[in-house]
Amino acid sequence: MAERGAVPKVPETRRRAMALIRSFTSPLLPDDYLELVNPLWSTRELRGKVVRVERETPRAVTVTIKPGWEWPGHRPGQYVRLGIAVDGIHHWRAYSLTSAPGREDGCISITPKLLEGGKVSPFLNGRVQPGAIVRLGGVEGTFVLPDPVPRKLLFVSAGSGVTPIMSMLRHLATDSRVEDVVHVHCARTAEDVIFGAEMQALEREQPGYRLQLRMTGSQGRIAADDVEEMCPDWQAREAFVCGPAGLLEAMTGHWQSRGCEQRLHVERFQADEHVGDGERGAGGEIRFRASAVVCHSDGEQPILAAGEQAGAELPYGCRMGICHTCVGRLRAGQVRDLRTGRVYGAPGEMVRTCVNAPEGAVEIDL
Amino acid sequence: MSATLLDDRPAVPAASEAESPLAHLSPEQLEQLGREFDAIHDEVYADLNDTDAKYIRNTIKLHRYLVLGARVMLLGSRKRSFWLGGTAALSVAKILENMEIGHNVMHGQWDWMNDPDINSKNWDWDTASPADAWRHSHNYEHHTFTNIRGKDRDLGYEIMRIDTHQPWHPVYLLQPLYNLILMGFFEWGVAVHDLNFEAIKAGEKSKEQVLEELKAIGLKARRQAVKDYVAFPLLSAAVTSAVRAFGQQQGQDTAESSGEDAARTYKATLAANFTANIVRNVWAHSIIFCGHFPDQTYTFSQREVENETRGAWYVRQLLGSANIEGGPLFHFMAGNLSFQVEHHLYPDMPSSRYAEIAPRVRDICERYGLPYNTGPLRKQLGSVHRTILRLAFPGGKSRKKQGPYTAR
Repeated sequence: MAERGAVPKVPETRRRAMALIRSFTSPLLPDDYLELVNPLWSTRELRGKVVRVERETPRAVTVTIKPGWEWPGHRPGQYVRLGIAVDGIHHWRAYSLTSAPGREDGCISITPKLLEGGKVSPFLNGRVQPGAIVRLGGVEGTFVLPDPVPRKLLFVSAGSGVTPIMSMLRHLATDSRVEDVVHVHCARTAEDVIFGAEMQALEREQPGYRLQLRMTGSQGRIAADDVEEMCPDWQAREAFVCGPAGLLEAMTGHWQSRGCEQRLHVERFQADEHVGDGERGAGGEIRFRASAVVCHSDGEQPILAAGEQAGAELPYGCRMGICHTCVGRLRAGQVRDLRTGRVYGAPGEMVRTCVNAPEGAVEIDL
Repeated sequence: MSATLLDDRPAVPAASEAESPLAHLSPEQLEQLGREFDAIHDEVYADLNDTDAKYIRNTIKLHRYLVLGARVMLLGSRKRSFWLGGTAALSVAKILENMEIGHNVMHGQWDWMNDPDINSKNWDWDTASPADAWRHSHNYEHHTFTNIRGKDRDLGYEIMRIDTHQPWHPVYLLQPLYNLILMGFFEWGVAVHDLNFEAIKAGEKSKEQVLEELKAIGLKARRQAVKDYVAFPLLSAAVTSAVRAFGQQQGQDTAESSGEDAARTYKATLAANFTANIVRNVWAHSIIFCGHFPDQTYTFSQREVENETRGAWYVRQLLGSANIEGGPLFHFMAGNLSFQVEHHLYPDMPSSRYAEIAPRVRDICERYGLPYNTGPLRKQLGSVHRTILRLAFPGGKSRKKQGPYTAR
């Protein structure tokens, strides 16, 4: 089954009216006819219309999207799953929201960077036109500003790692709460700095915001010592780091070595090969009832990956536990959530195969 | 014809009843043929793009606009011209929805788009048959065991003798009659088909399962009946009454009472919807019966298909199916099932591509000395009904099959 957008917030009266008309449209839904007029009116899933595409750098654009229904809201730093048709095929990707929550025009924005050999980012970087319809999935992510916002903050970003941080900065700026923020940002060249002009304007307007740019093309990659030099009181700050894996590793190691990792928040871009950091179990045998496939997981491998390896054709979407496309009904046994380590499962329960490993033998209706 | 591929083929007389062309091909030839058929599939799949996606989206839109237009026209179904126009548009809409859209979407032909709204798992169609049941009896049983006697329950749908291999029974004397009934009420035949009466009789299905399936059919049937025979007729009656009340306000006089007027409108819309369902059923029945039952197709014993290879599977699909010739509009209205041969070779290929690969399929037939069964609608349909009539009675001989395909 293909992934769908999130269920939109639709007024109850409208939902009731639609249910009444259903006798006339069955087996189709009233939605199927309303969408002929305007695809944004779908009450099954949240969709959005691209209203603006603005170039940020030669390799990044900001896409502004107006959701068809009221935006369910997000916390600065979170990401949204976006579904878009490229050459007739729907693809789903997660993008950090770069807009602050609660914009007056009701819009949201993302700022995808061009990835060579990608499918969606080249489309968004050049081919997508205002008026295009996209599907909007769930909003997720724990890389968010704490509430209340700490007084002293340190942001470290590299490349498009600035995107979730931009949402935080914009959020802080709208409420004039930029009290004491140091922002270390790395890009290859000055031309590659996403939001460069906006960050510099922010620095002029907000005395509490200090921007430190590092051009890795000429100055080399940033190390933990460099951050310490640029921001000597780093240990006194709540730190947010977003960028490539190398940067995250270096910073995590540094904060750990000083025993202050509880003040460090990191955002990984690419989903890792392993799913989450939960405690691992011993795994077990997986019996897929509908596909008639039996395979084994070592406790590290999710049910989905193990099944695919054994040749089963299984439904999947995000592969990170968000979209619920991969769910299957558990018939027997228990599973372990690889993100949290939690062991659960009763017969008949729906489980996400992409983030769960078997805990002993399991049987699943897929 | 390429000689090299046929060199080690034993010389055979014109195909007789006993010999299917499958027997003429060596394992090596079958393997080579399998690769050639696979290559066509792979090439088309690699080429699927936005044009294909637009095709199915536009077809779906066309269906919905046709339905809207038809239903609006039928609000005035007391008027003869509205009744005729509305019924015609609704019939066409139902045919499109059933064949080019429903059948093909539920085959997974458009699943490559990854669009949740045009997906085989989510789709349900405007017929009495529940989607899940049909996916099982058609997609799985019929397309896997095509024309294998005793396994493909689509061979005569368990109620007809359409193959001389089936032993005769007095009940078949009635088959011309119930074929006629099936023609008009085809969707109901399809709806109960997956219940599998043989399996129920043999006790292979639990009572609970049968009940569950009956419930699904009942639910689907109720929704269909409510829509076509209650909701829309009532709406027409209500609109007529409202128009009439407005007319009386304007001082117009009418002979009929308001109640009579509403009742007649109700009946007119109901009759229109009923007619559209019958038209769709007769059309679908005709196209689908032409797919496998013209007397030029082959059936297979279970022994013939033991340890079947991929290549042999393709050959069985090829020999067991028959095409209907026609123009683009005809193929569109037939849901491209007039390319039954191509459809059976590639059930998951978007139907809009069948016309384009047909010449390559014929080329393979020519090079491997295989028949390619096709003919105009009247010829194919004529042979179907002749067979149903003839085999109602005992005996009957298989008719002489056509030889290998040659480009004319």
